[in-house]
Amino acid sequence: MALISSADQQKLRESFGEMTRPVRLVFVTQTLGCETCLQTRQILDELPPLSDKIAIEEVNLILDGDKAKAYGIDRAPAVAITYQDDSQWTDSRIRFLGTPAGYEFISLVQAVLLAGGRTSQLSEDSQKRLAAVDRPLTMQVFTTPT
Amino acid sequence: MAFASPHITAYAVEATEFPDLARRYMVSGVPKTVVTMVNEEVEILGALAESAFVEQAVGKFTIQNIQN
Repeated sequence: MALISSADQQKLRESFGEMTRPVRLVFVTQTLGCETCLQTRQILDELPPLSDKIAIEEVNLILDGDKAKAYGIDRAPAVAITYQDDSQWTDSRIRFLGTPAGYEFISLVQAVLLAGGRTSQLSEDSQKRLAAVDRPLTMQVFTTPT
Repeated sequence: MAFASPHITAYAVEATEFPDLARRYMVSGVPKTVVTMVNEEVEILGALAESAFVEQAVGKFTIQNIQN
């Protein structure tokens, strides 16, 4: 059963239709002891059928721990968003820890669109201020299911 | 925001699935944003207007750059 209504699927298809770059969702999962990994996989699986520019790569936290760590991820479920730019795969440095359901699904879609080449919706002033960051900085936004 | 600087990494964290992280950063309400640079931390509670959020998130870490 599809998790997204056909009306929403159509809207997403239109939004994703404007993507200019291929996007790969690196899904970090764990076979045992992860109650929400399956649900996360099911949510992510809804996206590739809506755009030929979206693909999923599964990374096992235990078997491919180094690969997960390269994205700064040490737990599951988690999603790192990468995109292809001039034939090079690039890390967007946007990650989701936990199930991207409810409002987080909308955030995930927004992140995919950004990685897919959509221009930033931030003001020029905000972009300038953020561009002044010259050392590694992390932002962790905590949310709860809605 | 991660797209605005190659130095910024952004995590959306589902607090109920990772209570250890919620405890470590003392998350008692959402949204709560924790900005970390080296050993310094800034906390932003609630949802702010974009300009206020950016100011709180990176203001402390970029003052020198703006003065220069």
